[in-house]
Formats: sequence, C-alpha cells, structure tokens
Amino acid sequence: MRILVIEDDLEAQRYLVQGLKESGHVVDDAADGETGLSLALSRPYDVAIVDRMLPKKDGLAVVAEMREHSNQVPVLFLSALSEVDDRVKGLKAGGDDYLTKPYAFVELLARIDALMRRRTPTGIRTRLDVGDLELDLLTRAAKRSGTEIELQPREFRLLEYLMRHAGQVVTRTMLLESVWEYHFDPQTNVIDVHISRLRAKIDKGFEAPLLHTVRGAGYMIRAH
Amino acid sequence: MAAKASFPLLRTQAFRIVLVYVLLFAFSTAALLAFTYWNTRRTLDAQTDQIIEAEITGLSDVWQHLGLRGLAETVRERSVHSGQALYLLTDGLHHVIAGNLDTWPQTMVAPGNFIEFDYERPVDGKLEMRRARGRMFALTGDFVLLVAQDVHERYLTTRMFTTTLPWTVALILLLGLGGGALMSRNMLRRLDSINRTSGQIIAGDLSRRVPLAGSGDEFDTLAENLNRMLDRIERLMKGLREVTDSVAHDLRTPLNRLRNRLEEMASRRHASDADSGEIDRAIAEADKLIGTFNALLLIAETDAGTTRVGMTVLDLGEMVADVAELYEPLAEERKISLVMPPCENLSIEGNRSLIAQALANLVDNAIKYTPEGGRVTITSGAGPAGIDVTVADSGPGIPAEDRPRVVERFVRLEASRNSPGTGLGLSLVAAVAHFHGAELLLSDNVPHGLKAVLRFPRSALRAPPLKSAAE
Repeated sequence: MRILVIEDDLEAQRYLVQGLKESGHVVDDAADGETGLSLALSRPYDVAIVDRMLPKKDGLAVVAEMREHSNQVPVLFLSALSEVDDRVKGLKAGGDDYLTKPYAFVELLARIDALMRRRTPTGIRTRLDVGDLELDLLTRAAKRSGTEIELQPREFRLLEYLMRHAGQVVTRTMLLESVWEYHFDPQTNVIDVHISRLRAKIDKGFEAPLLHTVRGAGYMIRAH
Repeated sequence: MAAKASFPLLRTQAFRIVLVYVLLFAFSTAALLAFTYWNTRRTLDAQTDQIIEAEITGLSDVWQHLGLRGLAETVRERSVHSGQALYLLTDGLHHVIAGNLDTWPQTMVAPGNFIEFDYERPVDGKLEMRRARGRMFALTGDFVLLVAQDVHERYLTTRMFTTTLPWTVALILLLGLGGGALMSRNMLRRLDSINRTSGQIIAGDLSRRVPLAGSGDEFDTLAENLNRMLDRIERLMKGLREVTDSVAHDLRTPLNRLRNRLEEMASRRHASDADSGEIDRAIAEADKLIGTFNALLLIAETDAGTTRVGMTVLDLGEMVADVAELYEPLAEERKISLVMPPCENLSIEGNRSLIAQALANLVDNAIKYTPEGGRVTITSGAGPAGIDVTVADSGPGIPAEDRPRVVERFVRLEASRNSPGTGLGLSLVAAVAHFHGAELLLSDNVPHGLKAVLRFPRSALRAPPLKSAAE
C-alpha cells in the first residue's frame, strides 16, 4: 500500500516512515504542507497521514485543498494540539480519522488498515462470515455452526465491527469510538469485559476460538 | 408571564421615570392653574366689593340725610348713567321703587357678605343673561337696597379656568405618556441590542460586538466601553487558548518521541534480554504520564470554557443509560449490582464528549470504591432544583470535611492511595459541571456510601431535536 506521511517533526517522521516500511508499506514523506499537498495531488496514495500543525501550509488547509481537488484519499490526522475542539475541526476539514500524539504505533497501524479497508468497497453486505460464524445484518441474527447465538444490541454492534474488520487488529480505542461513540479513555478497561462476554457467547464450547487478543494492541477476529 | 410579555414597556426603567415625571408635572400644572384661578378671582372680587362698599356708604349717607325719596331720586339718577353699576330699591314686598334692575333676582348665591346672581340685560338689542355681584342693604321700614356690579367678564374668565383645567391635565398626561413610550422604546431598542450581543457572547461567540448608533450619546459610550472590554477579553481568551495549544504541542512532541523510541527499543529487543520487561514497564509509565497530562489539559481547557465547538442538543437520559450499559459488565464481574431505573427524555444543550466522560468518571469511581456484593444506583430526572444525574454507591463514602477537597486536582484521600487512578477524575467532573453551568454535589448515601449528583440548571433544558421527534 502507498502511504503519504506529512510530518514536520523529523524524528517522529523517521520513526513513522520506518515503522510503516517495516510493516510492508511504500511510504513517501514531506516535511511541510506545500510539498505534502503537491505530492498528494500528483501521486496516487491509499492513505495519507497528516500532522495537524505544519509549516507553510496548515494540516487542515492541506486536507481541505485535497478535498477541493476531489482527492478522496483517506486522511488520518495526527495532532499534538489540545483535543476538545480539534477533533471536530479535523473531521470537518475532511479528515477521516484523528489520532492524538503521543500514540502507540499499533494503534496507528490498526487505524490505517481500517481506513484502507474502507477505501475498497465490497458493495452493500447483508451478511458477514468468519469461519463458521455468520452474522445476518438484516435479521440481526448471529449463528455459529448453525446454532443461534443470542446477542444484546451493543454486542451485536461490537461483533459486527470486529467481523467487518476480520483479520485486522482492532484496538480498544477504535471499538470505543465506533461501537460506543466515545472519544475518551475510560480509566478502567471496560472494553475487555465486554469482549470476554462476547467471547463467552461465540467461542465457548467450540474447539477453534475466533476472537483473539493481540497482545499490546487489541483484538482480532479470524478463522485460523 | 402573559402580562409581562404584552406590556414590556411598563417594565422599562425609562418608562417608569417618564410616568413619575408626567404625573408630577400634571399635578403641579393643575395646582398652578388652580392657584391662579383662586388668586385672580379673589383680587377681582375684592375690587368689585370695594366699589360696592363705597356706593353703599354714599347711598346710606343720602338715605340718612334725604330719606326714601332722596334715595330713590339718587338711585334713579345713578341708574341712568351707570356702566357696570346695578341698583334696585324695593319695599318689603319686593316692589320695585327705583333702579336699573327690573326684578328682584331669582337665584342668589351668597358667598360671605356678598351675593351673586344672574340678571337679564339687553346687549346689542338682545336680552342676555349676565352675572352680577352685589350687596343688600336693609333700610328701616322694610325697604331694601341692592347695590351690585356687573361681573360678567370676570365670570367668563374664571369659568374658562375651570373648563380648561381638566383638558390641560389630560393633554399633559397623554402627550407625556406618549412621549415616554416613544423614548423608552428607543432606549429599549438600544438596550436590547446590547443584551442580544452579550447573550451571543455568553453562548461562546466572542467575536460579537455591540453595534453603535453613531449618535455619540451615553448608550454609544456604554457600547464603546463594552466593546473595548470584549476586545480585551477576546485577546485574553485567545492568549489562553494559544498557551494551552502550545503547552500541549510542546509537551506532546517530546512525549511522542519518547514513546516512539521506547517502542523502537521494544521491537528490536530479543526475548532473552533481561531488560525487555523494563521497556514494557517504561512504556506503561509513559502512557500513565500521557494520560495524566491529557486529563490535566482537558480540565484546564474545560475550566477556561474556551471551547464551544461541540455544543449540541443531547438526551441526558439516553447518555446516562449508555454509560450505565458500558459499565454494566464490569460491575457484574465485580459482583456489584448496577441499578438504573428507566430514564426519561432529558434534552439539554451540552458537549456530548465532555458529559459522557464526566458520567463515565462518576460511574467508574462508584464501581471502583464499592466492595463486592455492593450496589451502585444511577438515576436521572428533572426536578424543581434542576436536572439531576445521581450516582449513588454503597462504598465507604467521603467524610464531609474532605468533600470540598476531592474535586481539587490531584487530591486523593488516604484510603484510596493504593488504588489505580490519577486523582483527576472528580476534578474533571467538576470542570465539566462548571462548563455547563451545572453543579457537582457530593453527599452521604443512605445507609452508607457516596451520592454524587450532577445538577444541570433548568435553563439548560431544550426541546428535543426534530430528528428524534420524527423517529
């Protein structure tokens, strides 16, 4: 995947580029807004990581101009600013996701994967499958090996999100943001308890577990 | 409320001042007119009375010296040349002997020694009713002499006073009140524009300014002063905002590098390295530091109230239910029963993210401090005092003397020193409450535990958004 990194803190940029390359991505970098914008408009990228505060052209302006030129590359904002208004501003300017510095690299990687996945539309899906687990989005029914699984509405949304990102790492923050729509970090790790409840419903009594914990990162649902 | 709405003028200070002034003015005008009337009449009457007295003195002299015949002769003589003077000499049966009055007057009013009566007199060939003032003089042998003066001119003048007075007062009241209403409307308009602007500023739009009328009057001076004050406040707020942003930026950038390096070291380590666990612990410490820093920054920003972007109409009841649902499995895992009666719809204006975080902090705290088998009750509802969200637990509670302290930053009570937490949870709740004009009230739960109430003012209530009403 081709990724554009626009980041003026060279130390952070070096780390980001190296990490992304090690994860198998092709990376271009720019250290200011103008260079970043001309790169974004001249080459095809799968995702762009844009720092919020940039010399020459502010991150918000870069993304706003990209959108004006009908450039729909998914954008992840990185911001070292205080958070309350900034997230709203970033998303309004045309950003697709927002991450506050300092961030964990796994978190960034998981979000980029999710953004790129969003980019390749698979059509309107009415059914999700992972191994022998099926989720019918119309009847809102879950089955494993043909056995009906009773799910609470929130458990359904949690499972749906995990299955839409099957094979990808999904972090706790991502779950909190997309399933609960909360943009803060609860002091106690409530997500883990929700996951273990869900796990008890879908994996208990089956030989091969589907819902896996990825150490230090989050969770992943996959067949094997 | 309805009366207030339909007569807003009556409530303005300007109109009240005008009203008092107009009443005072009308009263003094009436008093002045009444005094002038009284004084004019008194002076004119005194003159008339003097003339009559003099005539009577002269005529009584004639009576004494020349008797009835001489008097009748003199009266007849004088009657012919009279201008204003009127005479009538009669016997005891009111038969006219001499004088220029034809009959004894029908109606008489007697103010003091003098009488006033109407009589008929030909003026320009027509008979005219005229007013006269005179005095009767009884002579021996039942003869009566009436000496009078025509006072019709004075009578007309004084009558004018009595008819004009009510009209004058009425006109003063009418014009005064009309003018007052006009003045107060103008004043009200100016004040309204100031009030509207301050309302918008309180709602967070610091760029608003009070419009000037350009007349350079005291309202313009007030508006100019207010605008200067607002410029200053805006500069201060912007400065504060910039400081928060640069503090955030200047601390997060090195923290970011630190975390990056630690992660880099962690990824390059070999499983056999003795210090690989150390790196994980360092990352965890860094994350704790970052968490504390984020919380502090959020509290500072919320306290300053510099942010207004995220204000929306939200259903507090639904948000309470969502947070309770988020924590329900955690409570169950700790064998705590989380009780929440169904919430009614409570639409208020607020920042969703901040309120959610405050609610989560309250519930998080309650679960953290409640022992196994305990109970946490979450209720919400609108009461006369405000809109309350109550989180009550069966934990150890907070001693009354410590309650004001626990909302301060970094304050953790001895009893909770060893449990995880930053000591910023309640500070953030208090800051979020302050931001929304709400209160955080801490009290004892019965029989034991802590009862935390987040009380929003009733003025925060909003009509639910149309979208949800249509659903």
